[in-house]
Amino acid sequence: MSAFSAIGDESEIDRDEFTPGIEPQATWCPGCGDFGVLKALKQAMPMVGKNPDEVALFTGIGCSGKLNSYFNSYGFHTIHGRSLPVARAAKLANPELEVIAAGGDGDGYGIGGNHLIHTARENHDMTYIVFNNEIFGLTKGQTSPTSPKGHKSKTQPHGSAKSPIRPLSQSLNAGATYIARTAAVNPNQAKEIIAEAIEHDGFAHIDFLTQCPTWNKDAKHYVPYTDIQQSDEHDHDVNDRQEAAEMMFQTENKLYEGEVLTGRYYVDDQSPSYGEEKRATGEMPDEPLAERYFDEDAEWERTYDELLHHHK
Amino acid sequence: MTDNELIWRIAGGSGDGIDSTSQNFAKALMRSGLHVFTHRHYPSRIRGGHTYVEVRAKDEPVQSRGDGYNFLLALGDSFARNPQEEAYYGKEELKPLYENFDELREGGVLLYDEGLLDEEDVDEVGLEEAAEENGWEVVPMDLRGIAKEHGREIMRNTAGIGATAAILDIETDEFETLIEQNMSGDMQEANLAVLEDAYEAANELDVDHDIEVPENTHDEEQVILSGSNAISYGALDEGCRFISGYPMTPWTDVFTIMSQHLPNFGGISEQVEDEIAAAALALGASHAGVKAMSGSSGGGFALMSEPLGLAEMTETPVVLVEAMRAGPSTGMPTKPEQADLEHVLYTSQGDSARVVFAPANIRECYTQTRSAFRIAYEYQIPTIVIYDQKIQGELRNLPASHFDEEPNADPGSVLTEEEIEEAAHHSSGKFKRFLHEPEDGSNVSPRSIPGQKNGRFLATGNEHNEEGHISEDPANRIAQMNRRLEKLDDIRADLDENADHQTYHGPEEADYGILVWGSQQDTAFEAVDRLNETGHSVKALGVSDMMPYPVEEVSEFLESVDQALVVEMNATGQFRGLTQKEIGKYGDKMSSLLKYNGNPFEPAEIVDGFESSINGEDLAATNMKYLPAAGD
Repeated sequence: MSAFSAIGDESEIDRDEFTPGIEPQATWCPGCGDFGVLKALKQAMPMVGKNPDEVALFTGIGCSGKLNSYFNSYGFHTIHGRSLPVARAAKLANPELEVIAAGGDGDGYGIGGNHLIHTARENHDMTYIVFNNEIFGLTKGQTSPTSPKGHKSKTQPHGSAKSPIRPLSQSLNAGATYIARTAAVNPNQAKEIIAEAIEHDGFAHIDFLTQCPTWNKDAKHYVPYTDIQQSDEHDHDVNDRQEAAEMMFQTENKLYEGEVLTGRYYVDDQSPSYGEEKRATGEMPDEPLAERYFDEDAEWERTYDELLHHHK
Repeated sequence: MTDNELIWRIAGGSGDGIDSTSQNFAKALMRSGLHVFTHRHYPSRIRGGHTYVEVRAKDEPVQSRGDGYNFLLALGDSFARNPQEEAYYGKEELKPLYENFDELREGGVLLYDEGLLDEEDVDEVGLEEAAEENGWEVVPMDLRGIAKEHGREIMRNTAGIGATAAILDIETDEFETLIEQNMSGDMQEANLAVLEDAYEAANELDVDHDIEVPENTHDEEQVILSGSNAISYGALDEGCRFISGYPMTPWTDVFTIMSQHLPNFGGISEQVEDEIAAAALALGASHAGVKAMSGSSGGGFALMSEPLGLAEMTETPVVLVEAMRAGPSTGMPTKPEQADLEHVLYTSQGDSARVVFAPANIRECYTQTRSAFRIAYEYQIPTIVIYDQKIQGELRNLPASHFDEEPNADPGSVLTEEEIEEAAHHSSGKFKRFLHEPEDGSNVSPRSIPGQKNGRFLATGNEHNEEGHISEDPANRIAQMNRRLEKLDDIRADLDENADHQTYHGPEEADYGILVWGSQQDTAFEAVDRLNETGHSVKALGVSDMMPYPVEEVSEFLESVDQALVVEMNATGQFRGLTQKEIGKYGDKMSSLLKYNGNPFEPAEIVDGFESSINGEDLAATNMKYLPAAGD
């Protein structure tokens, strides 16, 4: 029996298996967009044939960080902004794990912004869902990196003088190979995009718009929504990098002007993932490293045999 | 002063090949049967500046750098020259000559490259007067000229070695063998020719001196390596197959050694965006079932503070290395200090549960890194190996058999899927990974690894219940907190039983004690020998476990002496403070001898400091500080 026999076991996967005996109402407010992410994520699991034991979910801090309390898989609720580096290494240690990371706009685009650039650059084979509600929720309503210019909060009472970050353009520039935006109010699209992102072999970044009914009442509730894949108006080629760049630029402006474009912006199926690159250069073993520790037949080289002759 | 020894110092500019030349010199002497030890000094510059390496060779194991040195090979700083012409920038190129005057012993030999350094300039920096005053034998030789004759000026290192060998009457066989092993083709031929020419030229000079190079034959095969090598090999032998890091001196050494070897051992090395990420990656790899390490030096380790706390709270095993250099902040990047002790012990929020080892020397770098991995993975706790730029940069010979140990790939307290089936689960299906009271009473609640069937749990930096769900229940809080902290008591008992990390030196009974930690231990031991030879009654205890602290052993030691001098390389007496905090008494017995000028102690300095302290005199030396007892 393999040490990780849950991996690849697709028998009878039911989305209810991803529901633990703990209710999210404990932390999320009524009407919170985070419920939409949780639901879409659970729905996506049977679509991609993953069972709870082979999924490892890494979160940061904030309301979004509680996601893995309500999602029954292996979970690691890390620290503010650090879900990506922890997740990256888990994927390298065991590439057969389904690795998903999640965080909020403060967590993922603010304190964790540097990690996002580098994770995208390296094109790790994982999915990153950012709950974007344009506000710091759990710390009670401060301006976040995605809050619109002029946004007033207790920490920026005169209105923010900063332009909001452009997370999608930033990820594209950094090297992410799957970039999409969806929204909690758009559940059908959301589950499909999450499923696609998981199946994508490379770094998939989903900017997931979630409303915050408690701290961000003034924010537009992202209507009207236009799905760029459904709309006749947009003849968008997701594989065209330049077109994607233009589309993202537009949508990142429009987010604050009343019309929100959602859907897949960019998909690059050709570039190898980081793990593949690393295996190709001989920097990473072909078999999952974590397996070796459970393999009784594994041979462990010792430095006395391998390295000491250099020092004689 | 010990006579029967050679302490050879090679000085030049950074980039002049000082380091590699000294390594080969030390290796050749070791191969000829001697015991060797190197001490390295370099500036925070890529090229140029004054750098030197000392090679101390004796017929008995060498514990420390010596007091000064007796042979100087002054190559001069070739990077201080104007590349256009034979013009010079002031006296920069002479620095490696005159900055070494202070410590060259009476009767020593000074060989300098007159091909690079003009005689008139040398006169201006006062060589003649200094030589007369100290009875030095000064030997100018055109090493650059000899090298140039065979093609390349850089070979003046080799010329220096050939000349050294002739003056000291050392056979050149081992040097030749090393050149043959390390070089090929024209380079090999040219270097062999330079070695021979310089040897013959120096032989004709007939230099008169008293340096006796001892002779010896080793009983068993020796290896020569650095502390960073030993830490890396300890990690590899303990099954570490993942490292993540960000370059920072002097930690970079371990990081590069591991990065070179890990892929060949089937492992993974990751250079990442910053030190927060570096430590976070190590946690992620460990969580997913791989034995992992990361590390940094002071400033980078500061960034690791939050992942370190996360490892404590989630009980994720990980080994971090902290290679100390002088602080605060960027401090002195290439100079050793022992001033990050409190930083490493107490950084990160909350009551800390971590283990800190401070190896004394290259031998302990290997064994204690192995301890660090074993303890981390058995007890699910972050462990830290703290060492400093001194051990990182020095080379020392050891019997090869010291490393003849079986690998230990055991991931520690990890369950198999069969064991998970038998283990306790919550009604929701979550595995009770953080049991309040593990069945074996060990305080270690065994873990599952993602991908294992029915082993799901949540690891979180928040306080959590048995399945890992966030909990602020007071009773749960107390149970989890106590269990995590009590592991330290279990680890103390384990280390006492299985890994004796403290070192006693000197007579069993003595009036005075020297208490010392980390890299200064062996130097202090050499000082203790000299003090006892001159009629003092002194013994020493070298401490290598910082947390959990060996309270019992240190208490007994302090109880048994009238007074104790605590020797450490920092300005505030951090180890003495730790000792007093942990034991809660003997504050009136402990005084401190401190050095924080960027150089490690020499044995004679500890002798002087000790004598001044017991005589109640002020320290004559200005490069050290005496801190009297503070009382309880």
